[in-house]
Amino acid sequence: MTATEPTAKRTADTPVDAEQLPAEGDEVVVEDVLVEEISIDGMCGVY
Amino acid sequence: MTFDAGGAHRLSPRVGLRPEPFGALAYHYDTRRLVFLKDPLLVELVEALVHHPSARAAVDRVVADAARRPSFLAALASLAGSGVVEPQHATLRETA
Amino acid sequence: MTTKTPPLAEQLKSGLDAPICLTWELTYACNLACVHCLSGSGRRDPRELRTAEAKDLVDQLAELQVFYVNIGGGEPMLRTDFFEIVEHSVTNGVGVKFSTNGTYLDRAAAERLVELPYLDVQISLDGMTPEVNDAVRGEGSHAKALEAMGHLRDVGFEDFKISIVCTRHNVDQLDEFKALADDHGAQLRITRLRPSGRGVDSYHDLRLTNTQQRQVFRWILDHPEVLTGDSFFHLNALMTETGDPNLPGLNLCGAGRVVCLIDPVGDVYACPFVIHDEFLAGNVRDAGGFARVWRESALFTELRQPASAGACASCGSYDACQGGCMATKFFTGLPLDGPDPDCIHGHADEALAAVAAGGVLVPRPSQDHSRPGTVGVALTRKR
Repeated sequence: MTATEPTAKRTADTPVDAEQLPAEGDEVVVEDVLVEEISIDGMCGVY
Repeated sequence: MTFDAGGAHRLSPRVGLRPEPFGALAYHYDTRRLVFLKDPLLVELVEALVHHPSARAAVDRVVADAARRPSFLAALASLAGSGVVEPQHATLRETA
Repeated sequence: MTTKTPPLAEQLKSGLDAPICLTWELTYACNLACVHCLSGSGRRDPRELRTAEAKDLVDQLAELQVFYVNIGGGEPMLRTDFFEIVEHSVTNGVGVKFSTNGTYLDRAAAERLVELPYLDVQISLDGMTPEVNDAVRGEGSHAKALEAMGHLRDVGFEDFKISIVCTRHNVDQLDEFKALADDHGAQLRITRLRPSGRGVDSYHDLRLTNTQQRQVFRWILDHPEVLTGDSFFHLNALMTETGDPNLPGLNLCGAGRVVCLIDPVGDVYACPFVIHDEFLAGNVRDAGGFARVWRESALFTELRQPASAGACASCGSYDACQGGCMATKFFTGLPLDGPDPDCIHGHADEALAAVAAGGVLVPRPSQDHSRPGTVGVALTRKR
């Protein structure tokens, strides 16, 4: 069995290349955060 | 291991992917990690990966809106980081 | 053009197509009689699901893609079909985590358990010494728990859990519990005591004082590797005083939304701490089985509606603490749309005083499976 050590129980880690980020001066584009990891220790009743 | 968008990928066989109204839940049975896919189009993309020669090709095919493709590539990279998607040639040893 | 999805917590509060996991109490039978037992266990209920029904329930959960079940009781290893049910589950895509007092987890059992795929074990312990532990869990229970831990360690079972219910009498032993877990290659889990089951009567003797709550909050922040099941999210209100970050976690009551309880006779409750008619959603033996109860029951539909802050609306901590724990409020006679009895700001004090003065009917558990000769729970007459 693998031990997991989430450092934060809520993470939205989306590593991106610089070229994928909106350039300065562009219209504000909120980048979709399409993935979110949740610790199973982070909701009461889930354990 | 960095994500190679030019490589062929697939949903990990160690993951349960369960559709929900907002997208899907992905649960990795080995690591016990729970990941939320927050867009049904992302779910479609993840399921389509195995049918394409590269992750990039899958994104181009599945995500019609070109402006959104970087977000979906970033999402795939994130999913690769948590083991939800893996290279198609990955062996059990590499994914454990 | 990008879309903004609602915060994840909000989506989870409106419920999922299937639970992420659920607690499944296999039996009300138990060899112990812990004074705070949330299920009031001791005597087997003659209406218990039979082996075939239990395996059929596993099949239903597999079809729904429930990722894993948290098996408990009573003492689940008392069921003669315990391994049969567990093995059927892990071989059909439903992981198993089970909670045990360890009495029946001998070397042979440990050897069998370590071979199973996707199986986690949690040993219950409430004190580092027999003095503290056995006062709650019964004579000899500390020794049995430690024996079971030794067997798991000896067969190489990595990362099993040791689970503590935090009480007034063990809160100073947290560092020792951590060391015990480390010694066994295990993970420590600490959880909040609720006034549920037999806990309705022992709650006042065992509950943490206000000072101790702050102590636990601090300790949890200092030990992020310790599991809590997010059961202390009501303490997040402290951050407005101390400037600390929230405890990690979603501050989410999962009852009826992402989790639920299935009891030994197939009754489905919102969570293990509300085994009471008020929170009974249905029964898996009814037409449509578990899926129908999860998706269509009136209770769960209601729990998935957006809730107002109610009496907590004017408090700046509500976003952090969400008004605390539904079960704890229910069994202390407090309104569900108001503060938790352990509200760290003391906002429940007035309501608690009214209850103490006798002006409020405090719910009692709807059933009691305590063994004769042990301290049971006085029930209310059903209306």
